[in-house]
Amino acid sequence: MRFQGLLQLRRLATAATLRQRHSSHIRTLTDTGTHTHGHTVVRTLASSASPLPELTQITDHVQRGNYATLNDKDVSHFEQLLGKNHVLTEDLDGYNVCFLKRIRGNSKLVLKPGSTEELAAVLKHCNERKLAVVPQGGNTGLVGGSVPICDEIVISLQRMNKVLSVDEVTGIAIVEAGCILENFSLRAQEVGLTVPLDLGAKASCHIGGNVSTNAGGLRVVRYGNLHGSVLGVEAVLANGQVLDLMSNFKKDNTGYHMKNLFIGSEGTLGIITKLSMLCPHESKAVNLAFIGLNSFDDVLKTFVSAKRNLGEILSSCELIDERALNVALEQFKFLNAPISGYPFYMLIETSGSNGAHDEEKLNQFISLGMERDEIRDGTVTGEPGKVQEIWKIREMVPLGLIEKSFCFKYDISLPLRDFYSIVDVMRDRCGDLANVVCGYGHLGDSNLHLNVNCDQLTDEIHKRVEPFVYEYTSKLKGSISAEHGIGFLKKDYLHYSKNPVAIDWMRDMKKMFDPNGILNPYKMLA
Amino acid sequence: MARVLVGVKRVIDYAVKVRVKPEKNGVVTQGVKHSMNPFDEIAVEEAVKLKEKKLAGEIVAVSVGPTQSQEVIRTALAMGADRGIHVEVPAAEYELLQPVHVSKILAKLALEEKADLVILGKQAIDDDANQTAQMTAAVLDWPQATFCNKVEKTDAGLTIVREIDGGLETIKTKTPAVLSADLRLNTPRYATLPNIMKAKKKPLKKVTPKDLGVDTTPRIEIISVEDPPVRQAGAVVADVDALVAKLKEGGHV
Repeated sequence: MRFQGLLQLRRLATAATLRQRHSSHIRTLTDTGTHTHGHTVVRTLASSASPLPELTQITDHVQRGNYATLNDKDVSHFEQLLGKNHVLTEDLDGYNVCFLKRIRGNSKLVLKPGSTEELAAVLKHCNERKLAVVPQGGNTGLVGGSVPICDEIVISLQRMNKVLSVDEVTGIAIVEAGCILENFSLRAQEVGLTVPLDLGAKASCHIGGNVSTNAGGLRVVRYGNLHGSVLGVEAVLANGQVLDLMSNFKKDNTGYHMKNLFIGSEGTLGIITKLSMLCPHESKAVNLAFIGLNSFDDVLKTFVSAKRNLGEILSSCELIDERALNVALEQFKFLNAPISGYPFYMLIETSGSNGAHDEEKLNQFISLGMERDEIRDGTVTGEPGKVQEIWKIREMVPLGLIEKSFCFKYDISLPLRDFYSIVDVMRDRCGDLANVVCGYGHLGDSNLHLNVNCDQLTDEIHKRVEPFVYEYTSKLKGSISAEHGIGFLKKDYLHYSKNPVAIDWMRDMKKMFDPNGILNPYKMLA
Repeated sequence: MARVLVGVKRVIDYAVKVRVKPEKNGVVTQGVKHSMNPFDEIAVEEAVKLKEKKLAGEIVAVSVGPTQSQEVIRTALAMGADRGIHVEVPAAEYELLQPVHVSKILAKLALEEKADLVILGKQAIDDDANQTAQMTAAVLDWPQATFCNKVEKTDAGLTIVREIDGGLETIKTKTPAVLSADLRLNTPRYATLPNIMKAKKKPLKKVTPKDLGVDTTPRIEIISVEDPPVRQAGAVVADVDALVAKLKEGGHV
């Protein structure tokens, strides 16, 4: 028996109580059928089995749009198109409730098309009948973009889950939208490639959802945004037309770059069914340092030093503050932090082609930091098992905060100089009303995850937090949503980051693509 | 105070997918990431804990294998061992080295170093033999406490809780003794940066089995190394009747 199995046993033994509480929500994973890997189970802990939230249509006073109501004829039409097994009318909680358990829609129907043609036929019917739909991937979004708000039909892409091809020579992979990121990643690894996208939800999230929301994650600092890595997409438009923008080339300046419209438009302009992605070669050597620092000033100095001294091999630069780390350690006893007692921690990863060379660079960078007293303590490893263990700590931080109790989560871009000050300001504003106010995130991309954890959502604390967080960010010319998107939860705040002219043009564009407004309504521009 | 000898084996990292060589005479190790056998990490951690409790005076980490084995000795030193002994066995011979050889080497070193305690991982995750601790105790004619879950010092020696089928067993033993560490004995620490640096300066001695008077002539010949059988893909059936029919067809009901 490989050790990992045993290690998982130890972890799961400690997490057993938690897991039982959450067993009801393992559906998303078991559906895929391929995930027996221990840590996928751990990842599902976030979707805690606390009672279902009230319907969002009621809590948020949402006026249902002028859409038709689903009838039996529609259902039997869909059954004819997709087959009975792929039209669900019962047991839809998992599809109706968002990952954070903040949004709950009231959809009566889930459709699982198995091909672009089937999806096209479904949308054509919905458009003619004016039935609203919401596309859904792994449903791991954090802004309520992938769940219905009223009674929209859920279109789950989970059956379209194949990696169609991976070209070892060009590094281009063609993959269906419903493919789980981790499966895609494993398949790419088989031929020595890596998917230029990695995030905590990789065991559940779909690549189509990642692209639709322009997901960021842990590798942006190295590989850039998806606009660069996604070479082409195929999408089905609201009227059922298939828009083929697939491309196998990095360079293609022929007309408007329409594929970019589907990257980050959150399923409001069309539903991505297929995409081609440029996958870089997998790095032979990955080294990871987990370090403790005494001040945010030292964090910035260390970041600059990492850029300067690790240069081309730097593949991740993450920040976790002490409070965030402690919540994760408290919630998940199986986590083992390498060091403790510092206000800030950083994870610095290098990926390169020569292990010895990378290690030397990393060691030099570390000794330099230690000489200057910027890096106080930490650990460094090139062993894959240890690298995974340490990354798990970072990945469990957001889940720990959700698990603890109600959590306001913000995902903002801020200038690095002012990167962390908002956390202290917010902590002062919230005072005793909050349990934990903490920050962590992708320092390398100026992207902070600000979290305010409190016993429960009350108006009082809500007013302290919002719209202050958006105003503050806007004043610093930051982005109110760096990587999570707008979805339902942030639609009212779009104007903090986009001016009225821009928003008007977005609306016009939406009208052109989707005149009946059936695609993912009540979100983004609503 | 007691001197503790810990065995640390260099194995393919547990997070790496192991591949069988096309010639079917072993697994691919070239260019594959290795690390310390996880059970040996637990053994090292226990030794360091004993030292922190002032129950052990000195920790000697031993690894048997090719030159690269020194990497795991350095890791043990960074975790808190005081010095290392590398028993060099060239890569070609190492493939046929067995627990019986290693236990003779460890036994010899335990005597030479005047160790009071030998702590080993219960098994290595590459060959899964689970023999070295037991054989070392036999060669030394010392008591053995395998699959340790908890180790406590008493006046008379050690009180040890062992993991056994269906539960735990508590035993007492005198020292010197040989212990083997099970999974739940402790959670190994990470080697921290200052300790990694200090480890570079700790002494590491190199010896050969011949120096120790141990004969490592191979006693086995590898005939073939095979991948485990690939699991057959499942099939989706339309309803319960079809399922029952299939089960009957396969002779399962």
